[in-house]
Amino acid sequence: MTNPTVTVPAAPVPPGRRADRRRGSRTLHSGFYPYLFIAPAAVCFLSFMAIPIVYAIWVSFRTVKVSGLGLGSGSRTEVWAGLANYSAVLSDPEFLASARRALAYGAVLVPVMLGLALLFALLLDSRRARARTFSRLAIFLPYAVPAVISSVLWGFLYLRGTSPVHWLAAKAQVVLPDALSPDLVLFAIANIGIWGGTGFNMIVLYTPLKAIPSELYEAATLDGASEFQIATRIKIPMVLPSLIMTLVFSVIATLQVFAEPMTLRPMTNGISSTWSPLMKIYRDAFVQNDIYTASAGSIIVALATFVISFGFLRLVRGQAFAQESR
Amino acid sequence: MSIVSPSTPSARSSASGPSSAPRLERRSGGMSNKPSILTTGILLIGAAYCLFPVLWVVIASTKSSSELFSTFTLAPSVHLFENIGDLFAYRDGLFLRWGWNTVLYAVGGAAVSTFVSAAAGYGLAKYDFRGKQLFFSAILAGVLLPAVILAIPQYLLFAKIGLTDTYWAVFLPSILSPYGIYLSRIYAGAAVPTEMIEAARTDGAGDVRIFWQFGIPMMLPGLVTIFLFQFVGIWNNYMLPYIMLGDDGLFPITVGLSTLLNQGSSQPAMYTTVITGSLVAILPLIALFFVLQRYWQVDLAAGATKG
Repeated sequence: MTNPTVTVPAAPVPPGRRADRRRGSRTLHSGFYPYLFIAPAAVCFLSFMAIPIVYAIWVSFRTVKVSGLGLGSGSRTEVWAGLANYSAVLSDPEFLASARRALAYGAVLVPVMLGLALLFALLLDSRRARARTFSRLAIFLPYAVPAVISSVLWGFLYLRGTSPVHWLAAKAQVVLPDALSPDLVLFAIANIGIWGGTGFNMIVLYTPLKAIPSELYEAATLDGASEFQIATRIKIPMVLPSLIMTLVFSVIATLQVFAEPMTLRPMTNGISSTWSPLMKIYRDAFVQNDIYTASAGSIIVALATFVISFGFLRLVRGQAFAQESR
Repeated sequence: MSIVSPSTPSARSSASGPSSAPRLERRSGGMSNKPSILTTGILLIGAAYCLFPVLWVVIASTKSSSELFSTFTLAPSVHLFENIGDLFAYRDGLFLRWGWNTVLYAVGGAAVSTFVSAAAGYGLAKYDFRGKQLFFSAILAGVLLPAVILAIPQYLLFAKIGLTDTYWAVFLPSILSPYGIYLSRIYAGAAVPTEMIEAARTDGAGDVRIFWQFGIPMMLPGLVTIFLFQFVGIWNNYMLPYIMLGDDGLFPITVGLSTLLNQGSSQPAMYTTVITGSLVAILPLIALFFVLQRYWQVDLAAGATKG
């Protein structure tokens, strides 16, 4: 997973806290001070977020026109391009292939990662599990390993010469396919993401579980609920808001996959220089020196991300309302 | 850290009195606490999956480059210190330089970012002012904004003012953390009582001093969590330094190791350096995570429930 800074959802407020919150939300009025407090953040926001976005949008509508033979300083002029860069990106087979790969990668990574995260969170919360502290720390540990290094480790574990799985297969005289071959590399990269992201999401889902009062379980047990029923009827609905937010953030992160395939590239021929949308945009900008197409490409990826995440949030909100009105 | 069971009155009385035995029995009979092999087994499989690559890198770091591809991958050897020596000797200690750069970017950047987020979150939580809604909405949009849209224009703008290929090119963009500001607003709202600010004002303290002397200490546990998030975010961010930096003396460890891996195809000895470098890079991080683990626990919970 690439961008873990944004992965924790705001879970619902338990009723007991509401009074606190109302009291705390009383605010002060004193003209100048609040601006002083937000000034550094506002300056950073303008410089490193607002201005770059506006600039990217502007550049995405521009292009370079070469006059004459394209020699000399006056022969290259920047002109208005309208939507030409956008239509160029959207009709570029390399970009479309990279977008399909990113979607397939997300379709493999996100359900498996969040499914495992939820399973481990529920198991950690079960009274019947042993070695819980050890498991929690071990499963969380990969979060300390940045994507580049996890790709190095897994890359060697995939290589025929250093993979223990290939070693076992050789002992059994079976020839396994190469995990980094073009057909399988998507799963190989998804596995790196699953390895890196499961533990963090597990902690995010485990946190609201710990907040459920144990009286609730005792009452459910007295009513004859099994542990499995408690998990599906009480625990999963309680973590659902967290689950939805981790899902949105995971989707945003997977569409931006970059570090893992870039790191693995020297170890295989299975990853082209335009494997993921970001790799394609990087190549446009820094290898082809075409910042105009690259800007249009990044805005398309950003818009697609917004459409998918907001669309999904709308969808689940509709379902949540439907459930409430029942 | 395990199960959350607030000591209820009945549990407390049952633990003290001599009549506790039958009650305890009934409790354990009601809610089964007996160990389950399946539950524990699945957790341990998950733990093994997560530990395996780390175990592998520890073993692989002990091998010479000729052993790396020739001996069984999980068979340790005796060349660990030799490899570490080679790693630190590589191009007059370039790896150490990368380590120092990483500390500068990740620790320095996260510290400044936490302070900026703390002030902004405090201002948003404790004051009313014109433009507050607009500013907060912009920050929220920033939380969901994919970083991809920023990297290229940031590079182009930095190039215009001659900042690319400098420490600032990686350090400055890392200061802004919309998510940190969002969390900080939650922490400030929950941990700093408005009455306290009013009382301190009556005593003649200025607003900045109140923030510095009372606000920050009260928000501190939350700020540690914000720091950790931002630290991991910077340490994990490969694209920004990869785009911004050309001089390998400015690289963080991640970009440095990926360039070494690129050389591996022509110089296989480089693989051992990359593997040893990976181990040396993640060990302090893993240690730090264990030491600070309660901040991933307690304060994630606090941040979520105090929202």
